[in-house]
Amino acid sequence: MTILIAILSRLAKAALTLLAIAVLNFCLLHAAPGDPAVVLAGEAGAADEQMIAQLRERFGLDQPLYVQLGKYIAGIVQLDLGYSFRQSAPVIDLIAERLPATLLLTLTAFVISLTCGIALGVAAAARVGKVSDSLLTTLALLFYATPLYWLALMAVLVFSVWLGWLPGFGYETVGSDFSGFARAIDILKHLILPALTLGLFFMAVYMRMTRASMLEVSTADFVKTAKAKGLSGPVIRRRHILRNAILPVVTLAGLQAGQLVGGAVLTETVFAWPGIGRLMFESLAARDYNTILGVFLVSAAMVILFNIVTDIVYRIVDPRIGARA
Amino acid sequence: MWKRFRSNIGAMVGVVLLVAVIFIAIFAPLIFANTPWQMVQRPFLAPFAMESLPLGTDTLGRDVAAQLAYGARVSLLVGLVSTLVALLIGVPLGALAGFYGGYVDEGAMRFTEFFQTIPNFALAIVLVAIFEPTLASITLAIAIVSWPPVARLVRAEVMSVRKREFVDAATLAGLSKPRILVRQVLPNTVSPIIVMASLMVATAILLESSLSFLGLGDPNAMSWGYMIGAARTVIRSAWWLSFFPGIAIVITVLALNLIGEGLNDALNPHLSRKGKA
Repeated sequence: MTILIAILSRLAKAALTLLAIAVLNFCLLHAAPGDPAVVLAGEAGAADEQMIAQLRERFGLDQPLYVQLGKYIAGIVQLDLGYSFRQSAPVIDLIAERLPATLLLTLTAFVISLTCGIALGVAAAARVGKVSDSLLTTLALLFYATPLYWLALMAVLVFSVWLGWLPGFGYETVGSDFSGFARAIDILKHLILPALTLGLFFMAVYMRMTRASMLEVSTADFVKTAKAKGLSGPVIRRRHILRNAILPVVTLAGLQAGQLVGGAVLTETVFAWPGIGRLMFESLAARDYNTILGVFLVSAAMVILFNIVTDIVYRIVDPRIGARA
Repeated sequence: MWKRFRSNIGAMVGVVLLVAVIFIAIFAPLIFANTPWQMVQRPFLAPFAMESLPLGTDTLGRDVAAQLAYGARVSLLVGLVSTLVALLIGVPLGALAGFYGGYVDEGAMRFTEFFQTIPNFALAIVLVAIFEPTLASITLAIAIVSWPPVARLVRAEVMSVRKREFVDAATLAGLSKPRILVRQVLPNTVSPIIVMASLMVATAILLESSLSFLGLGDPNAMSWGYMIGAARTVIRSAWWLSFFPGIAIVITVLALNLIGEGLNDALNPHLSRKGKA
């Protein structure tokens, strides 16, 4: 029951946040330099006077701002994110078509970075002060300082251009008629490089966090008790330290979901991965504001979803949270 | 404190690297005869092929080494200024929230949470795309997406300092609340802010380079991200065009991170010892 109430209150909060982002979007659209009608029509060159006048009427740009805002919000509630004049399609259709690819990429990267990050952090903490610990920490520091898109480019160069092991761009082999299992394998091959490069930075973040958290918890009194009971090192680490140390890492991971979605713009650009990040990149050059803001709204919604999921997982993993709230 | 910082090898490596980058950025016009926009040789000249052009030329025959040096200026400038602006937003907001509590705190934290929920890189893209890419809009956009952690940190610090005895003493002495906040409480929160700021400059440099990689850089300023973005499509034939700017970014960001960690260990020795126990 408490979980249900918690989820409902989270959903209400999520709806409010999305509403605020929609208002922000509206403000940005109107704050953009130039006539909003021209802005909506994409690059100014694409529209003549008559078309702009038509647009102005069609989108009610001659009406007072609050009426426009109301209409804009009402539209978004009905999943109408505007029209992309550049691609001659409703923005929501463009996004819906590309969302699965982004979800596949970000979720894979999220799982890889979290599991490997925690595992490496535990390993480093267990060998604290030794050479392998310093090596892992240094590597993490290095990945932490590496631009995501550059790492992606170098991965393409090494594994795709030089070694030819993995495909360097796209979602599946163009012109191939794979179906079923063969197609899944093909997509998986295309997924490896983007997901790994997107995940590496976050893996470094989670590893550092897990290591620090493990070391901190290992000084707690209950760890001393466990040692006094005669439990072995690995058992103490797994059952006593890790279970407590993992909580802040999961919180952080939930919070950083936003950066993961943002990073997808870069990864998808490098790998020509047909997701919403690539859609945003393509819309930048065309100054297709409706699409840019639509992708922005949807990625914010994705982040909120990630957060709710981590929150629920959290409550299940640690019953103390429900009791405290 | 300074002694502890100096004995930290990583931090000293960071300082040396950063000083080198700053030196190159400042003296770029003296070191390189070519401006980064000038055509000096045939395009796609490989690195180390000509002594005068150690890192080769780009797709338009421009000097890559000179571009790197001028790019350092943009990275450092944007990183530094955007961090300062983020501090200007985050410190007052966090200080007010932590010091006054109640509705002020509630309101400020809701506002901060909202900005933390928004995917920050996506917001930066949207802001720069809509307000035209210039150094000013890029700097501002990075500041707008980076202040929330500052506000949270300052709030937490102020809340803990506020309960100390010297604050009670100041109240008894009849000092006004704003004066206590500015003169007594805030100075005691400076060291964690410095640590966070040094790490923020690193993040800001990464953000700036990512924006200009996507084509959202100031068209009048040569930057590392722009160089990599422009070389992206020719990666198969001219790897060095994307390789060297990337290394420059890694070195600069790594240096700042090392310095930040060194400062953290030096300013909060209690914490660092616990981490190494």
